[in-house]
Amino acid sequence: MAQIELSAIRKSFDGADVLKGIDFRIEDGEFISLVGPSGCGKSTLLRIIAGLEPQNSGQVHIDGRPVDAIRPSARNLAMVFQSYALYPHLSTFDNIAVPLRMRRLSAIERLPLLGPLLPGRRAKERHIRADVEGIAEQLDIAPLLRRKPGQLSGGQRQRVAVGRAMVREPRAFLFDEPLSNLDAKLRVHMRAELAELHRRLKATFVYVTHDQAEAMTMSSRIAVMMGGELIQAGTPAEIYNHPNDIRVAEFIGSPKINVLPGRIRTDGGVDVLGTALKLACSAAAGECRVGVRPERIDLGTGPFSGTVVHLENLGAEAFVHLAIEGAGLRLIARLADVRHLPAMASSVAFGFAPDAVRIFDPAGKRIELRVEQPERIREPAHV
Amino acid sequence: MSNAHSIPFRAILRHVLLIAGAALMLAPFIWMISTASKPQTEIFSSELHLIPHQLALAENLREAFAKANLLRFLLNGVIVTISIFVLQIMVALPAAYALAKLRFLGRETLFALVLFGILIPPQATAVPVFLMLHKAGLLDSYAALVLPFTISVFGIFLMRQFFKTVPDDLVDAARMDGISEFGIVWRVMLPAAIPAVTAFGIFSVVAHWNDYFWPLIVLNSEQLRTPPLAVAHFRNSEAGTSYGPLMAAAMVIIAPLVIAFLFAQRRFIEGITLTGIK
Ligand SMILES: Nc1ncnc2c1ncn2[C@@H]1O[C@H](COP(=O)(O)OP(=O)(O)OP(=O)(O)O)[C@@H](O)[C@H]1O
Ligand SMILES: [Mg+2]
Repeated sequence: MAQIELSAIRKSFDGADVLKGIDFRIEDGEFISLVGPSGCGKSTLLRIIAGLEPQNSGQVHIDGRPVDAIRPSARNLAMVFQSYALYPHLSTFDNIAVPLRMRRLSAIERLPLLGPLLPGRRAKERHIRADVEGIAEQLDIAPLLRRKPGQLSGGQRQRVAVGRAMVREPRAFLFDEPLSNLDAKLRVHMRAELAELHRRLKATFVYVTHDQAEAMTMSSRIAVMMGGELIQAGTPAEIYNHPNDIRVAEFIGSPKINVLPGRIRTDGGVDVLGTALKLACSAAAGECRVGVRPERIDLGTGPFSGTVVHLENLGAEAFVHLAIEGAGLRLIARLADVRHLPAMASSVAFGFAPDAVRIFDPAGKRIELRVEQPERIREPAHV
Repeated sequence: MSNAHSIPFRAILRHVLLIAGAALMLAPFIWMISTASKPQTEIFSSELHLIPHQLALAENLREAFAKANLLRFLLNGVIVTISIFVLQIMVALPAAYALAKLRFLGRETLFALVLFGILIPPQATAVPVFLMLHKAGLLDSYAALVLPFTISVFGIFLMRQFFKTVPDDLVDAARMDGISEFGIVWRVMLPAAIPAVTAFGIFSVVAHWNDYFWPLIVLNSEQLRTPPLAVAHFRNSEAGTSYGPLMAAAMVIIAPLVIAFLFAQRRFIEGITLTGIK
């Protein structure tokens, strides 16, 4: 329903730059997740889109029209807050009805005692009731309409907050960590419900979270923010497999990506722990960092070896923590087959396929690689 | 001493102290009721007794109502205290909202001024305010009783502290829903702040219902008098002070407060302990 375009958004609080020039375009009907560590400015960006916070410079366009001078309610966006922000003194019904009453009733019709006596009020109130009840039906909260927020569980409050957002059919929904106050099980459930809601409404969703599982499972695209900058946006698979910055690589994925110190030789080859990889790049020679996801580490074969220092068996998968002698390094390997775990304190050989490797320069930017020969890793030149 | 003994002993001591304190506090009230129930001869008798030999409460009350227009004074008291309270709320809530939730240049300075205002005793400004009312030609009117109290810095302070505890998200949600800033004050902040408003209302109503100083200065006309002045009326009569009717009148004028307290006891205590509410 809406396309949102951010250009060169900057924001500072008391001289501290919180957003350092954000350019981003959110397409109509997309489910965008904004992820990033705490304090990176996600909420601030969302509030700027909503109009709750003025930016220092830059523009927000919604459907091609600048909205910077427009009040939050007139932007016709809906927001769901982390704390749900329901009106504590109003029943569920009235909470959901507030946006409709504000929009459809005149100021006089909203007056506490006089309002209900006015001629047109009855019919409007009937429409509002029908709309609220329709929403309550969709969200399974019809039996709760008379209760106050204080008498609802966290999950129910969350639904009421979503209902209040849905009822006025906004151009886009803004969510600020809506699930973070729920317990783990309910969170997984609500995740599915929100994704389902997005499919049904086909509206634009902008979803702030620092839970990468939420971002990976629900979104059509993920935008990763760090320190006030948007460093990468792409589909979950792109972000996971082709992070263009080491901070993105480290932020997305659990357990974290393994990072090994490496060297780019003058001929463009790459050495890790004294072993040359079957890779080449065109970057200048020097230090680099080599990232390999835990599930891409093959235990049992390969040119490297480490000692098992810790095992985490989760039943369906297991994580093997390896210490690499001499390098003072720890690696984590994910094993899909938990029946064949290496013994604690044993020494295991490991390796990884060249296409599992991502290389980053010292500043953290990804270096493009050419795989020289698929699959095999050359034996150590000299150890 | 064993534990089994020490606990009841300390409990008894505690209660004795509390009862003594309560007796000390209640003594004037009991004396008032006692005096209001005695005929004139017994009041001036040299022996001390609390229970009157001859119950004269009805006569004293009748005389009190006959001598002074007590009902009118009570009505004045209601009009004045309610007007003051309503106006105080109408000023304090928007001001407190701005100080607690809006960001603007000079907010901290304004708040410091509010705190400073709390330190100024009302007597210190009595003369300038009196002169201003005189210049405005408002002396000896309801306006003279109400206007000087409409801006309560204490009210602004109390409300501001309470509004600070209202989550910002709630205010933002209201903005997203299309409620105006004034709408937020009345539709969102006021309902959330009912305990604080009640507490403030109690302080305000009690203070202005019992206020003797200000009405005494600005009033001349008998028909505008507030309840405490009504009591003074009995003292000032040339025929000498008639204590029986005076005490009966005092009983009548504190009755509304006592009744209100009994009805809203829980709220009252909630209000007093407000600082403990998160
Ligand atoms: N009103 C404000 N006044 C001053 N500083 C603020 C204000 N709001 C946010 N900040 C600062 O801006 C930075 C970004 O805050 P923001 O709330 O956008 O982070 P976030 O990415 O949403 O973090 P989280 O995941 O913890 O919610 C933080 O350093 C925060 O301290
Ligand atoms: Mg946040």
